[in-house]
Amino acid sequence: MQRSHRGSIITTLVVVFIGALLVFAYQTRDKNGNNAPITAVGSTALQPLVEAAGEDFQKTHPGVSVTVQGGGSGTGLSQIAQGAVSLGNSDLYAEEKKGIDSKKIVDHRVAVVGIMPIVNKNVGVNNLTLSQLTDIFTGKITNWKQVGGNDQKIVLVNRAAGSGTRAAFEKWAMGGKTSKEAQEQDSSGMVKSIVQSTPGAISYVAFAYKSNDVTTVSVNGVAPIDANVENGTYPIWSYEHIYTKGKPTGDTAKFLEYMNSADFQKKYVKKLGYISMYNMQIDRDLNGRITRK
Amino acid sequence: MDLITEKIKKTSLSTKQDRFGKAISISALILIAAIVVLIFGFVITRGMATFTSDKVSVSEFLFGTHWNPSVVNKATGKPDVGALPLITGSLAVTFLAAIIATPFAIGTAVFMTEIAEKRGAKIMQPVIELLVGIPSVVYGVIGLTVVVPAVRSVFGGTGLGILSGTVVLFVMILPTVTSMTVDTLKGVPRHYRESALAIGATRWQMIYKVVLRAATPGILTAIVFGMARAFGEALAVQMVIGNAANMPDSLVSPAATLTSVLTMGIGNTVMGSLQNNVLWSLAMILLLMSLLFNILIRFIGNKGAMK
Repeated sequence: MQRSHRGSIITTLVVVFIGALLVFAYQTRDKNGNNAPITAVGSTALQPLVEAAGEDFQKTHPGVSVTVQGGGSGTGLSQIAQGAVSLGNSDLYAEEKKGIDSKKIVDHRVAVVGIMPIVNKNVGVNNLTLSQLTDIFTGKITNWKQVGGNDQKIVLVNRAAGSGTRAAFEKWAMGGKTSKEAQEQDSSGMVKSIVQSTPGAISYVAFAYKSNDVTTVSVNGVAPIDANVENGTYPIWSYEHIYTKGKPTGDTAKFLEYMNSADFQKKYVKKLGYISMYNMQIDRDLNGRITRK
Repeated sequence: MDLITEKIKKTSLSTKQDRFGKAISISALILIAAIVVLIFGFVITRGMATFTSDKVSVSEFLFGTHWNPSVVNKATGKPDVGALPLITGSLAVTFLAAIIATPFAIGTAVFMTEIAEKRGAKIMQPVIELLVGIPSVVYGVIGLTVVVPAVRSVFGGTGLGILSGTVVLFVMILPTVTSMTVDTLKGVPRHYRESALAIGATRWQMIYKVVLRAATPGILTAIVFGMARAFGEALAVQMVIGNAANMPDSLVSPAATLTSVLTMGIGNTVMGSLQNNVLWSLAMILLLMSLLFNILIRFIGNKGAMK
């Protein structure tokens, strides 16, 4: 008798608990049920910026929810091409990615990311030309003394094949050549710590990962800083793209408008380590043709 | 009279409970079976796309020594999708880790069950259980900050490679193998030990000739379990192995495993493209290997028992 009594108390508690959850869910339900939430998927490099924009946008547009996920540029592009999400984030032009029908999706460039070569502190090099960088990453130059550094074997550290940073580096620093097969890491933070701890290591990261633990390398004598990207003297950088399927409408259009507004670009873009579209004095198309604004 | 007939014919409360319980168990079983079937079906259909729609031959995939699916090889006009370097990497870290872990695991287990039963139960048991529960990313971080620099300072190079991967995996699978070995040794009947001692065997002879012999199938099962875990481990290995999809030529040069290539590549490829399909094929290999490990465990359990 005692036992069945206890059982019924537990059953009651469970029912009450589930009931309470349902009531809570009903109370906090999305009242603008007809507004589909904005979902953004893709590039991890662009993710922090879109997240910041999403948080601000939700404050000024109550009832709209913005969900931002990573997954990589490839995921972003394939999801947007299928129409599974509202925004697809990518470090690459859709035309540069195999297997994507770029005609059906619309490009929105929201920021610029500069990419700088970094080397371990013991190599004794702080400037390289583009052709030296190419020779290093294609394996023609294998010792740092060949480019004026210490007698130390070169250790290449790459980002994963298909990552946006690697694609941008191979395109703009190596003239489209592909790097020699070498070790790969799947995040910039990991790349930095490996370059920091491995003698003779060289790799490349976005400007936001600048740190005193590794030596930043100038390219053709031009320091990798925002101002040099903006005036077009520093060559290795890429646009950050947000793609939509067809022309954006409704909340999605408003969100993209907000991301490109002077207000947002001034407030967040620099702070999060990107370069604002408003500061760019040049424009570069898919084929690398540069036009002054 | 009628009352009794009615009472007998009516389904009693216990019968109802019995049926209810049965229904719950069967639906849980069906759900799990369905999930397994769906996972297999999904991975295999995706994985086969490499061979059916991208026209890569199976032998080219399994025995090719160049892995670079994102670039078209100018000589052949197709991307290189030879997975042999990755399969080699995976098998190398798995077997090396198992080879190193086995003596330690057996030693610890013998100590815990035969030599110092009380202390073993009090100290070692909780320690091993704790080790089993440590998330793999923690092993990876420790590997990167302790093992990799140590390997680098001893052997030179970058420190990233099969050796570091082996060391990390050895620590990861040791608790699994040990605790399973302990269970097996505990399962050896007491009268085996008593008979051995009664006919004049020393303790060492008893352990070596009787207990370990009787427990051999169980110990082998434990090792295969450890290997299955090592083979499928992705995160910790990826952090310390260096991820260079070359044929490994030494234990201290960067290599890659099936899992590390899979986790690194899946977000950077486009669904339905060759680059993505080959990753699914790698997943298929992983799945088939774990199936193989399972079959192996059953086989050992059936055939290896002492007669």
